[in-house]
Amino acid sequence: MTRVVVRYLPILILALAWEAASRLGLFSSLTLPALGDVAASWLELIRDGDLVSNGLTSMYRGTAGLVLAVVIGGGLGVAMASSRVVNALLAAPIEVFYPLPKSALIPVTVLWLGFGDGSKILLIFLGCMIPVTIGAYNGARGSDQVLLWSARSMGASRLRTLWDVVVPSALPEMLNGIRTALALSFILLVSSELIAAQQGFGYLIGYLGDNGSYPGMFAVVLTVAFLGFAADRLFQLLTGWLLRWRE
Amino acid sequence: MARVEDLAKPAVPAGAGAGDRERGRALNAAARFATRAFSLVVLLIAWELIARSGKVTPFMLPPLSAVIERIYADAASGMLWTNLGVTLARAMAGFFIATVGGIALGAAMSRLRPVRWFFDPLISIGFPMPKIAFLPIIMLWLGVYDVSKISMVVFDAIFPVLTATLAGLAAVDKELIWSARNMGAREHELIWQVALPAALPQIFTGLQVALPIALIVEIVVEMALGGYGLGAAMMSASRFADSRGVFAGIVEIAIVGYALIKAMAAIRRRLLLWHHEAQAPA
Repeated sequence: MTRVVVRYLPILILALAWEAASRLGLFSSLTLPALGDVAASWLELIRDGDLVSNGLTSMYRGTAGLVLAVVIGGGLGVAMASSRVVNALLAAPIEVFYPLPKSALIPVTVLWLGFGDGSKILLIFLGCMIPVTIGAYNGARGSDQVLLWSARSMGASRLRTLWDVVVPSALPEMLNGIRTALALSFILLVSSELIAAQQGFGYLIGYLGDNGSYPGMFAVVLTVAFLGFAADRLFQLLTGWLLRWRE
Repeated sequence: MARVEDLAKPAVPAGAGAGDRERGRALNAAARFATRAFSLVVLLIAWELIARSGKVTPFMLPPLSAVIERIYADAASGMLWTNLGVTLARAMAGFFIATVGGIALGAAMSRLRPVRWFFDPLISIGFPMPKIAFLPIIMLWLGVYDVSKISMVVFDAIFPVLTATLAGLAAVDKELIWSARNMGAREHELIWQVALPAALPQIFTGLQVALPIALIVEIVVEMALGGYGLGAAMMSASRFADSRGVFAGIVEIAIVGYALIKAMAAIRRRLLLWHHEAQAPA
């Protein structure tokens, strides 16, 4: 317990310094609203439902895009590792899209699907798919040849070997790719909502900022930052649980 | 009578063998390059054909030829070079500051316990956070011009550099440090001449993660805050429903991203020539 306190003490110090700096008038309350005011606006935003409704919209977009990216991206990665034809077909597009800064896709998805959910889901799907594909491909390619042969010789069908041998051995690297994708999904979600949306966390941040309600804006920013952090921690727990058979 | 081994040997005297192998490797690389170039060309032709097939409107997907025409026009008017220069300058400035700051802070954290105690929780919380959400706050504090754009790039790009430096320094061979200390190396010599060079491969991996992030963030920030730059130009094209402009932006940004990643890989090979990873067969 004391160890946890000592470890996270710097955060508490920063929070107190923040509160003190704005209470003492070192910064105007416009540029740095006191932490207490931020907390009050957070409660206010929860009570009138703005934070919840925009948050649910954002989470729906993020989850939908990410699930599509994991299912399709993971499938493509495993397919590329097990079939030369698929590999030859997909290597070039992946090579081209991999270094593309994914944020460049924001205006294109808006052009195609407008300002609503569709464009955000497509953006997150496109942006997050490649790390998952590459992770799944590298993992599946690295699966032990001897295990594959044994499974086949013991009479497992091709599909069965894929599911029982290739997928589990691809899992660690694929989970690594999904973790990258998870972080990327938050970045793409928030930035696309900041730039072009009428709903969602990013929209709410921009809206509160434009109206000069800075405590509210800080509250939403901190909420999003916390959610990103919490999602990563939960994913790490999930990874540990999924890979508990190792070692 | 020639023995089998002799036949297998190259007909040139010993010493030229390395050159031969080199040529073999070059041929192999050339073949790989040709395959990739070929599939890229197929991809581009597919774009042109799909756009011209009439199944999609030119608004949804303008033909590649029209997009290239647009890029050429932008290049001729000088607009492309202005935007490219502004984007690259800000992204590289942010990346450079993140590199220096990240390595310095990482080194300080690995040597000084209080520094480590203070920054450790901040990093473990800050790394997975979507930093881009702080953009409106940075805008409130620093305005919409270069300073806030570069700050945002630094804020995002510094984390991978920092964590890679920490991990790299933590993994430096203890015996290497002991020997250096034994031979009378002073603390700053230990850092500069032993620990950091030994950690360089990992630090460089961090830089290779940070560079694309710097570019992603620079583009987003330009889209949100406007001004000059490739991202800003794309966004204003999108507002005017000028889809050729949008796709021209995608192509330009894709080329920039590709070139930067390749350049980083080349610098890595050059910089780590002395390291055993460079001697490992590719």
